Amino acid sequence: MNLLEVEGLEVRYGGIRAVKGIDLRVEQGELVCLIGANGAGKSSTLRAIVGITRAAAGSVRYGGAAIAGRPAFELVREGLVMVPEGRGIFHQLTVAENLAMGAFARDDAPAIRRDRERIFALFPRLAERRGQTGGTLSGGEQQMLAIGRALMSRPKLLLLDEPSMGLAPILVAKIFEIVRDVARQGVTILLVEQNARLALEASSRGYVMESGIITLADDAKKLLADPKVREAYLGEGVE
Amino acid sequence: MKGRNPALIWVGAGLVAIALLALPFALAQAGTAWVRITNFAILYVLLALGLNIVVGFAGLLDLGYIAFYALGAYVYALLASPHFNLHLPFWLTLPFGALVACLFGVLLGAPTLKLRGDYLAIVTLGFGEIIRIFLNNLARPVNITNGPQGVSRIDPFRLGGFDFGKSETLFGLAFSAPIKYYYFLLAVMIVVIITTIRLQNSRIGRAWEAVREDETAARAMGIDTTSIKLLAFAIGASFGGLAGGMFSAIQGFISPESFVLVESIMVVSMVVLGGMGNVWGVILGAVLLSFAPEVLRYTVEPVQKSLFGRSLVEPEVIRMLLFGLAMVLIMRFRPAGLLPSAVRKRELAERKE
Repeated sequence: MNLLEVEGLEVRYGGIRAVKGIDLRVEQGELVCLIGANGAGKSSTLRAIVGITRAAAGSVRYGGAAIAGRPAFELVREGLVMVPEGRGIFHQLTVAENLAMGAFARDDAPAIRRDRERIFALFPRLAERRGQTGGTLSGGEQQMLAIGRALMSRPKLLLLDEPSMGLAPILVAKIFEIVRDVARQGVTILLVEQNARLALEASSRGYVMESGIITLADDAKKLLADPKVREAYLGEGVE
Repeated sequence: MKGRNPALIWVGAGLVAIALLALPFALAQAGTAWVRITNFAILYVLLALGLNIVVGFAGLLDLGYIAFYALGAYVYALLASPHFNLHLPFWLTLPFGALVACLFGVLLGAPTLKLRGDYLAIVTLGFGEIIRIFLNNLARPVNITNGPQGVSRIDPFRLGGFDFGKSETLFGLAFSAPIKYYYFLLAVMIVVIITTIRLQNSRIGRAWEAVREDETAARAMGIDTTSIKLLAFAIGASFGGLAGGMFSAIQGFISPESFVLVESIMVVSMVVLGGMGNVWGVILGAVLLSFAPEVLRYTVEPVQKSLFGRSLVEPEVIRMLLFGLAMVLIMRFRPAGLLPSAVRKRELAERKE
């Protein structure tokens, strides 16, 4: 069953078309990635799906219902949650307060507490730093916090916008491990990444986006083997 | 307050309560003027608390806040004075004034929601001036506000036979009009303080905090940022309107001159100086800034006379000089205010790094 179906999605900023009519779908339980270069329109796509940016045209269906034009804060209550690019954690709030913010849309205090402990178990680093403010965390820890905070809202579909951005290679590997972990726990994920290799290796299917259109869509394994992808995104010459 | 002896807290609260109850009689010894000054200080506390919700909690800089005070004052004045020959009771006009101010808060908030920082400040500044200019000019063709002459002979609060505007002796104590108002204001202030603290610690308070820090992230958390910002404007404005109505009744006369830009800036200063976002800091700021000029008024002249034998500088000039100096010093040495909120302190510390 398709949890997310996007058809003919367009995003315009003034006269510029950042996303020029794309189709994509994410099935229940899948981990799908959307790769492409800087400025290809990946983030705009995500922002339009969750309603932070208004889509100029096209339809977005989530769980079978049309959601285009609905505000982001409502969709969070239905389990459609985005971790914004640049993490967007609250710098002056502590780790624990950040996580509490993630559960803003919920009001079941005991379950929220349990979820928080679950997230501390998933990210022991965050547990150690629960009283520290978000701004004092390292980049990797901030990304963990951003993902942890998103999990606090009990997402059904998690949209991750460049979780590896600006992180050291060892942390990038760690973040991808976490993304796989989260996926294994049953959260459906749409992952936007510039790090094409790691993204494709973690995903079951992938989309390649270039200048606002989707140029390739296939199984992640096939994309990893595709000569065009290898040349343009994996930094390999074709023999 | 964690870890402190609850019994001690109750004793402390009891002592503060007794001091606040006895205060007007002590002040009356020095002259009724001081009771009146205290009443105005309480009005400023209400204004500062209201503005603190907009500026301190939600992080929206509002430089036209005094307009809500003006609206509350005029609603009360027009509905309870010989101007329209209306004399509605205060328990009706006072909440109505707050409601009107609240509506205007939403009216100002709705179109400016997309603005932030400096741009919002400019629009709100304009709004404050527009309200004042309207009040100044709504005398023709139909006389609504009586223009620059203002509205006079405004009714004091009356409840049955109890008239706040008259002196009387109760239980052997002389209750002058300002003393009666003092107790009323004190009660309102306590309600407003409790409301503010409860708001700050509620879901709404947390949502304001999130909006102040990062609006996009706040929306991604499921916070309806539009409504939450409007709510800050509405609640802040209604506190202002409430204070305005009481100002009208106490003063008995109002004119647009009472609601100039400097007044808005004064309230912003109280909030910033005391400690944006910290209720007690804001109260301290309001009390200090409303008493300081009065104290100076009574000391500047005699001090100059004894030092130089005559008055060299007018009190008003020296007042502003000292006021400016105090502001500079406080901003230099306590940039987050006298009693900073925990989060603000962190913000400033982070910016320094």
